[in-house]
Amino acid sequence: MLNKIVLAGFGGQGIIVAGKLLAISAMNEKKETTHYPSYGAEMRGGTCSCSVVVGDNLIASPIIKNPDIALIFNKPSKEKYEPLMRHGGIMILNKSLIEDTNLRGDIKKYLIKASEIAEQLGSVKSTNMVMLGAFVKATSIIKLDAIINSLTIAFPNAKEKAIELNIRALEAGYNNLE
Amino acid sequence: MKDKILMKGNEALAEAAIRGGCRYYFGYPITPQNEVPAYMSKRLPEVGGVFIQAESETASINMVYGACASGARAMTSSSSPGISLMQEGISYIAGSEVPAVIINVMRGGPGLGNISPSQADYLQSVKGGGHGDYNVIIFAPSTVQELADYAYDSFDVAFKYRNPVMILADGVLGQISEGVILPEFKEIKDAPEWALGKGKERNIIRSLFLNPEDRLTTHNIHLQEKYRRIEKEIQYFEEYKCEDAEYLIVAYGTTSRICKSAIDNMRNNGIKIGLFRPISLWPFPYAKLKENAASKETLFVVEMAYNQLEQDVRIGVEGAAPIERLNKLGGSVFNEEEIIDFISNSITLKGNKYVG
Repeated sequence: MLNKIVLAGFGGQGIIVAGKLLAISAMNEKKETTHYPSYGAEMRGGTCSCSVVVGDNLIASPIIKNPDIALIFNKPSKEKYEPLMRHGGIMILNKSLIEDTNLRGDIKKYLIKASEIAEQLGSVKSTNMVMLGAFVKATSIIKLDAIINSLTIAFPNAKEKAIELNIRALEAGYNNLE
Repeated sequence: MKDKILMKGNEALAEAAIRGGCRYYFGYPITPQNEVPAYMSKRLPEVGGVFIQAESETASINMVYGACASGARAMTSSSSPGISLMQEGISYIAGSEVPAVIINVMRGGPGLGNISPSQADYLQSVKGGGHGDYNVIIFAPSTVQELADYAYDSFDVAFKYRNPVMILADGVLGQISEGVILPEFKEIKDAPEWALGKGKERNIIRSLFLNPEDRLTTHNIHLQEKYRRIEKEIQYFEEYKCEDAEYLIVAYGTTSRICKSAIDNMRNNGIKIGLFRPISLWPFPYAKLKENAASKETLFVVEMAYNQLEQDVRIGVEGAAPIERLNKLGGSVFNEEEIIDFISNSITLKGNKYVG
């Protein structure tokens, strides 16, 4: 088993941290995993992405050329990653920020109103958790419990209230996948 | 057993260095190693250490020189252009036999190049880099765990031989996050007898030997004798699926882990191929490489640089097997498929039966 997963969107949408949480959850499930950010002159509002590879053996390269799965947070990222997807790959689109959701025929498409759901829950900042919840539902590579259990490891200084909000966002993503 | 935690390479090496006794860090920011100074600036004060952001790389390496001359466990880190600026200081440190630890998270060159991963500082690192006859002990890890383990051990090695030690990583290893088990804290020993301010006599640490009795020659002979001893005692390497191999890849660092996966894939197609991975790049494990190269059809040297590692491979192999090269230039990383394609094609061209 080897899954090459890309998370992409705007800087500030919690892309890197969602990827880290995913990698920590995979590691706690005794899987091999790597997390690799796009690095350099990154900024809030600019494009931002990270790659998470999950497998059974030591991961050869953390860099992904053709993703199996992509969590797409905004329109520019959809345009960038659609042509790169592996044949038959999975794309999960944040419908709140992507109007045109048409995709290449072979790509398996899932939609989630991630930003709107996050806002209704109390903070647009939890868009990343809604997207992760949707990812769990769409792929079942990692169990939702594994991610919930890893929240306090990924965010050791977070207040209980923030953890609770993140759990609600993960569950909302899981339950509202289109 | 302790639990694995997920850590970024740069942060894991910083934490492991502190656990290995490092209490002084001097550095100047440069991508892709910025998380090292960032982590050190937060963490060192918590353990009673000192972090200083210097005004330049030249200043950083000379601060390290001073701290280590007083017997402290000190380090610096940088990336390629910054390491070039440090070469004068590294030569002084080697000349005065001061045990410093230097981390190079390599990026694309020459010049300012780019911020992507590269292995093009190989020759600069293993053949001295600065002026004069000297060697730096070079370790090349390939995972976050190894990065942490070598950072942890490097201070003991540096103090054992009174010699600079460099960890040669690259942008991938600096930026990747992986599971790592961190080592326990080491007890910090007192400064050794040779250090400034220690011992009964006045200690002098210097690399200047002007006196007419030709003491510089004596000093150089002493250094070379030390290097020969290090060459005998440090020979680190890994052999991967070499026992029945007919072909051999030689690669180190990030490239080697990509090669391992390529090897597994090629073996599924019936190609008997293995990997020889040097871990200590100086001293280079020449003898062990030669042993592995004997009776191989072909050696493939795979590196994110042009003909750098290969020069050491040729010294080691001494013509015992034909050598082909696969190079990636300008700060970009191999993907598994291009390694498989290159090697499979090469074997097919030789009329070998394995690949259809």
